[in-house]
Formats: sequence, structure tokens, C-alpha cells
Amino acid sequence: MRVKDHNELFQEREYLEQFERKKEFENCPSDGEIQRIAEWTKTEEYKEKNFARQNIKINPAKACQPLGAIFCAAGFEGTMPFVQGAQGCVAYFRSHLNRHFKEPMVAVSTSMTEDAAVFGGLNNMLEGLENAYTLYHPKMLAVSTTCMAEVIGDDLNAYIRTAREKGLIPKELPVPFAHTPSFVGSYINGYDNMMKGILSSITSGKKGEPNEKINIIHGFDTYTGNYRELKRLLAIMDIKYTILADVSDIFDSPNTGEYKLYPGGTPLADAMVSINSAATIVLQKYSTVKTMDYIQKEWSQQVLVLPPIGVKNTDAFFDEVSKITGKPIPQEIEDERGRAVDAMIDSHPYIHGKRFALVGDPDHLLGLISFLMEMGGIPVHIVCTNGDKKFEEEMNSLLSESPFGAEGKVYVGKDMWHLRSLMFTDPVDLLIGNSYAKFLWRDTGTPLIRIGFPLFDRHHLHRYPIIGYQGVLNLVNWVVNTILDELDRKTINTTSFDVIR
Amino acid sequence: MSTAIKDTQQMIEEVLSAYPEKAKKDRAKHLAANDPTGQCSTCQVKSNVKSRPGVMTVRGCAYAGAKGVVWGPVKDQITVSHGPIGCGQYSWWARRNYYNGQTGVNTFGTMHITTDFQEKDIVYGGDKGLDAALHELKELFPLAKGIGILSECPVGLIGDDIEAVSKKVAKEFSIPIVPVRCEGFRGVSQSLGHHIANDTIKDYVLGKGKVEKSTAYDVALIGDYNIGGDAWASRKMLEEMGLRVIAQWTGDASVNELGIAHKAKLNLIHCYRSMNYICRHMEEEYGIPWVEFNFFGPTKIYQSIRKIASYFDDKIKENAEKVIEKYKPIMDAVIEQYMPRLEGKKVMLYVGGLRPRHTIGAYEDLGMEVVAAGYEFGHNDDYKRTYPEMKEGAVIMDDATLYELEEFTRRLKPDMVGSGIKEKYSYHKMGVPFRQMHSWDYSGPYHGFDGFPVFARDMDMTVNSPTWDLIRRKRN
Repeated sequence: MRVKDHNELFQEREYLEQFERKKEFENCPSDGEIQRIAEWTKTEEYKEKNFARQNIKINPAKACQPLGAIFCAAGFEGTMPFVQGAQGCVAYFRSHLNRHFKEPMVAVSTSMTEDAAVFGGLNNMLEGLENAYTLYHPKMLAVSTTCMAEVIGDDLNAYIRTAREKGLIPKELPVPFAHTPSFVGSYINGYDNMMKGILSSITSGKKGEPNEKINIIHGFDTYTGNYRELKRLLAIMDIKYTILADVSDIFDSPNTGEYKLYPGGTPLADAMVSINSAATIVLQKYSTVKTMDYIQKEWSQQVLVLPPIGVKNTDAFFDEVSKITGKPIPQEIEDERGRAVDAMIDSHPYIHGKRFALVGDPDHLLGLISFLMEMGGIPVHIVCTNGDKKFEEEMNSLLSESPFGAEGKVYVGKDMWHLRSLMFTDPVDLLIGNSYAKFLWRDTGTPLIRIGFPLFDRHHLHRYPIIGYQGVLNLVNWVVNTILDELDRKTINTTSFDVIR
Repeated sequence: MSTAIKDTQQMIEEVLSAYPEKAKKDRAKHLAANDPTGQCSTCQVKSNVKSRPGVMTVRGCAYAGAKGVVWGPVKDQITVSHGPIGCGQYSWWARRNYYNGQTGVNTFGTMHITTDFQEKDIVYGGDKGLDAALHELKELFPLAKGIGILSECPVGLIGDDIEAVSKKVAKEFSIPIVPVRCEGFRGVSQSLGHHIANDTIKDYVLGKGKVEKSTAYDVALIGDYNIGGDAWASRKMLEEMGLRVIAQWTGDASVNELGIAHKAKLNLIHCYRSMNYICRHMEEEYGIPWVEFNFFGPTKIYQSIRKIASYFDDKIKENAEKVIEKYKPIMDAVIEQYMPRLEGKKVMLYVGGLRPRHTIGAYEDLGMEVVAAGYEFGHNDDYKRTYPEMKEGAVIMDDATLYELEEFTRRLKPDMVGSGIKEKYSYHKMGVPFRQMHSWDYSGPYHGFDGFPVFARDMDMTVNSPTWDLIRRKRN
């Protein structure tokens, strides 16, 4: 028996007829009217109206702070992300991360309801800490907040102190906290706030003799492959390091038939002495702004921003790392560079001169655009819903460095509905974005290369690094083969349906 | 008290021993050994009360119930997530409520539209911005048949008056502008959100639609959200019976259909938990009877078809028999194919408010046994409907925590578990076959005669995938 599921079933005649019959009750506009409006949404006139809106977001590419906070917290050994606020938020955060990584993810909420709105969330916090500690045996509870706790102004510090005083959690249990209001910034800021909260709490009193280690902070980096790639590279260079918030084993754990609540993460002992490392390297800038400031000021530690996406950025990464550690760049890495550049040269005819629309987080966009311009690609529409003025300036400066950047225009605070108008009025060849950008692919027919967060509708992409020279290879692979797939589709009934490309 | 019940009770006690005293006392009321007869006084669970903080409840919030479940699927109204950015993002097209229409033109189901509150909105209030936002939406989407304003937590906390804004703007636009007070901190789960959403349908839309004619066979399909096309598969059967489905609530629903359900001769309700409120209202206000039915698996489908037909004349009753006659050979073939691979397999279910009881028959049709069942947000009336469906000594769970689910799995050793995305991957790591029973794991439909083959195929691939055998388990 061949079973037909929704993918086929609803294309069958009897269902198509059912849909027609149902229209009798729908009071829907005529096909002509729908078509007229559909065409109108593609016009310059519509674009103007679309860009005039100030008060509503339509298909934005960002989510709220606490998501970033629990993502960051999860990257530390034995740590239970603990969210003071309403429980639905935590159900949402967990689902969101589950769907992207296809991995389990623990986090608890304090299930605040109407009475907490009136009396404050102290009781919820106290019972929540006791329950979470007793039931799930964490080595650290990392507290962040939903907008509910922020609006009513819960005093996290005092609440946690009270819990310790009452003996609900051990005195020595680390319970760092961060305020992560959803109505400020996005998950990149939540990540930043939580990272600063954790570091400032667990390194307190640990200042000692500097050591030779370097700290690495990936930022809101949802590619588990990036963490593994970085560890591989630093091992090749024989560099001692501590990755702060190493989420790789949390969101990509081996299947052994045993479920572990905390399958990895940065060892707390290492994190505690990260204050004594020689330097900190951040791979993302906009998701670590406050953390960088804190490390520089409070730890008096050198902080370098080295996002290794694309060849030039990766070159800079290794040059700087070599400089601060005194370790030479080994031939093995030089060979990887050579192979990556070779691949770019081989594929350049298909990417050169292609026009791109991109939507994503600030650091991703900077890296990807640097890479695209190295390939001769032309970034045109650049939408960054969670970008700020500084990002806009940095992006403009990056674009101005290359002749391929001349057409690029960056739209900070705009969303994918704005991008839709841009792609209709000024079409491009390719689109880079997360899974939700597939609606733009459908509407405009522009092929989508899935890079970013979240990626829900393709499996395993996050396991492949986009950093380092290996990352360059993956990016070239995804971009050029998307182009070639599209070329096959377009030439399928022509003589240009080539077997060698 | 039977041994089966005693054994289960002892197991529950062991599981509870890990909790701190207060939480243990509370959780004990939510876990029970099943007594199908209802005689055993300690076999009833407490439900629809607050979750304990810090225990990792699976539950969501009122917004999830109102936006995600009830209002979200309504295709030709714009659903605004009013408040900060997250809620709308996390619930964006996650429930797969299929619909027909041109998205962004006359339908809006797969769009995420939000007022994206900033600090200034918290400090100065969001009403002014909302008013402006509604105008911007009207400008960009002239074919929208309504706008729903789904409140997130801060809106209620800062005291915004979204009702006043709605009233004012509705007058200007002459389409329904529906303020839905589903802030996430209200109530104890998604459930209150369903209720609030039902009430707003009643207050703002019901009775305001147009339908040209009426027949003696008009029915409304209530509480089917068309996940993976469920409602379409159900509608097909109802139409084959000779009934005229004038409204689908709310899968693939139009605002007009929400406005005309009161013209039905009978309301058919699938998800009792999320929409019984509106059925009761239509019964009181318009005298429309309503009937619960179950379109999972042939046994329950046959029963349900006959039950629905019993409200109509002989023509429909005869049609019902003809429909059963037509599909029975197909259903028998499905069972013949899959039963040998599934017979005797034990299932544990932990879902929302309906499926833990409604899918039992479908599993039993395939020879499988449901050994534990629980609801995230069921009420007493849901559990009352569940006890008789389960065997004596089966585990009944209300608002289970991750810890409890894991422990019960360890002890009951089910051959498969059906629950949600948050549970899915922990079961994968445990090496326990798992199926998402909220979203059908991106498959479906599972309702109706067209759904059952898909259901059977999916359960088979879940239980019998060779991948489970590849796991190299640690030897104990």
C-alpha cells in the first residue's frame, strides 16, 4: 500500500474540488481582485508605503533577549538556565532551540502568574531555585528574566540572596544572573548580558597570576561546527584556550542511549580562572559588546575582535592569534588556506557579478559580505532587523572597501517584508537568510542559501563550520551549488543543460 | 484495590521521592494509577492548577493558547502579536495549520506580525503605537477581513487599553478589530488562552457573517486546527455523508466562517478542551446542539460517523453506512499491513488537552496499548473522559515534568512515546522511539479515513526504524 500524506493528498482532484466548494462560506475576494492586489504589492508605490511604516514589524529576523541568555548559560558545565518570569516563554525558547539543533535543551521557569504580577516574584524564585536544584542537580543556576519580571521590577540579587539565607540552595552554588528584558535589543544582547553576568559572578575573587591561555567567546553562534572547528585549529597550533560558553556538546551530543541533562559545556573551573588568561578573543562583536567592555575594564585583559568568516578575516584571525601567543601558523593551516582559495578560484565564474540579498544578524552579515565580495559577488539588499547605528557604519565601511560593495545598501531595523519589496522592485540573483526567508524564495523565485538562525527546514547545516578556511569551503559549496542547481532548473528544456559546469 | 493499581501507586511514590517536600505534596495530586471504573478515590488527578516553579513544566501560556491555537489559524485576518518580539517569533508557523489563499494578499497565516515593543512602549504605553500600527496594516493589506490583537505579558502589566483602541479603529475600518487579553501570565497554561479566544470570537465575530442559504444538513466543524490538513480530511468524510460544512473552526477558517457557525444545525467538536466554551455558548444562545466526536482510527471513526448521523434523517444515516462500507476495506488493509509490526507495542502519551485520550483507539486499532497518558493542560472533564479509555493501573499524569517523564519511561519501558518537540530529542538520546503528537512530526493528516494510513505508516516507521538498533548502549 502506498500511503499518501499531505504532500500529495491535497493535490488530488476531490480535495481541490472541496477547496472550491468551501469558498462559498469564505466570503473571499474575487480571483481578479486578489491578483490585482498581489501585483500591486510588487510595485514601487507599495514599497514606499511599506517603508513608511513605523509601528509594526512584518516577518522580522530577530527574537528576544532571554533566548540568547539561556543559549549562553547552557554552554557552561552542569548549568541549568533558570528564567524568572512566565512559563510560556521558556516553553518557547526551548522549542525554538530544539527545532534548530534537533537536540534536547533544558531550562526552567519560575512559572509566574497573576499573583506574582501583584506581589512580585520572590516566592516563585525561592521555590523555583529549591526545586530546580533538588530535582536536576545543577552545578550552576544561571538566572535570566522574561519581560514580566522586568516590568514588575523583580530584584534578582536580593531574591537569590534570600534563597541562600533560607538554605534552599547551597551557599557555594554559583547563581549568576542577568536582566534580559525582551523589549530591549534581541537575543544577541541577551547572550551578551548573560555572559557578562556569569563571568562577573564566577570569576569574582579569582584574580591571580596571568597564564598563557586565551579565552574564546563565540558570541551568539548557532553553528556547533564552528566550535569544533575552532578547537581543531587551536589544537593544531598548540594553543591553550578556554571557550567561554562552549555549547557544542550541548547542542550536538552523541547518541549513547543515555540522556544527559548536561552533556558538556565549559568546565566551571576553567571559566572561573578565565580572568587570568592572557587575552580574550571574541568571534562576534555585536553579541559581546558589554562583555568586552567588562573584560577590558574589570579584568584589564586584552580583548580582540576576530570574526573568522571569509579568507581575509580568517587570515587576520591567525595573524593576530599567532602574534599574541607567539605560536607560528603551521603549514597544515597554510595548506587549508590554499585549498580554500583554490576552491574559490574554481567556482568564481558562477559567483562573480551575482547580486545578493541578505538578511541576518549583524556579525553574520559582516562575515558573509566580506566573503561574498572576495568571490566577486555583489551584495545589494542587506537587511538587519537587530542591527544598530554602529553596525550600519561598520557595514558601510566594509562595503566601501571593495568595488563589489558599491551597490550595497544596509537596512537596519527593517524586516523581511521590507526585503520583499526590495526584491520585487530591484531583483537580485540570490538570497541568503534563515528558514523563514523561504517565503521570500517562494514569492520572488530567488534561490535561497540557508545561512543563519534559525534553520528549521533543513537538517544538520549547523554541524558544518562557517568559520576558518574550512568554513570558506562550506560557504563556497553552499553558494555555488545553489547557483548550479538553479541553473539546471532554468535550463532544463534548453541546449544549455550542461553536464559539465 | 487491585494489584495493578497498587503497583503503579508504589512506582509513582518512588518517582516523587526526589522532590522537595512542598513540591512532592503538590505533584502527588497530579499523578495517579488509573481506575477505569472511577471507584477508587485516590485514582483521580488534580488538574488545571498552577505549575510548580523550577520543575520544568512542559506547559506554555495563555498567549500560546489564544494565538498559537485558536486565533492564529484564522487565515484572512491579521494576527498581531502585541508586545515584545519573542512570542510571535517562537510561534511563527510552528503549528502547521494549513490553509488555502495567497499569503500576504488575502491570507496571512504564515506571517509574523508584531508591534515589537521597545522600552519607550513600556514606559509610555503602547496604545498610540498600536493605533498607528493598525492603520499601517490596513494600508498594506487592504483585503484583510479583520485584525486580532493578541496581548503579550507587558500589555496587561502596564495597563494599556487595547479595547479602546480596537473600538475606535474598528469604526474607521468597518472590519472586526479583536482585542484578545491573552497575556502569558494569565491562568496556568495554554488553556485559559483558549477560553479567552473563544470569548472574543463570541463577542466580536460570531453572528456577523453572511451565508446565502441554509439546509437541514448544515454543520460546523469545531476544534479542528487543520494540522497537516486534518480538517480537510475530516470535511471530506462529512461531505460524503451528505452534510454541508458551513464553517471550519479554526483550521483554514475565514472570518466569515467564524461569523456563521451559529447557523449550523449541529456543532461537531473535535478538540473539546479548546473549544467547548463556544459550543456551550451557541447551545445556550442559539439552541444549537453539539456533539463530541473522534476521527482518529477506524473504530472511533465508525462510532463517530454513526453518532453524528443519529442527529439527522434516514438519508444521512444511510449515507453514513455507505461511507463506512466504502472505506472499511481500505482501513482493514491498513491494519493488515501494519498490525503485525506494531501489535503488543506499548505507548506512552503526553500531549495537550485532547490527543492522549483521542488517539488511544487508533493505537488500539493497530494492536498497540497506551500504558501512560497525560495532559499539559487538561481539566477534570478531560480526565473523566480518559479514565474509562485506559486500562487499570495505567499511569495518568497531569502537567508532568521532564523529570517525571524520564522516570516513568525508565520504569514502564514503552516501545514508543508520543509528545512534543521539547521532549522529542531527549527521547532520541534515550533511544526510545518518539513521535511528535502536536505537529504530527511534520506529517499528517491523522484525522479521518485519509489520515489513518498516514498515522499507521508513521507509527510503524517510529517503532521499527533500524536506526534505533545502531545505538551502542552502555552495558550496565
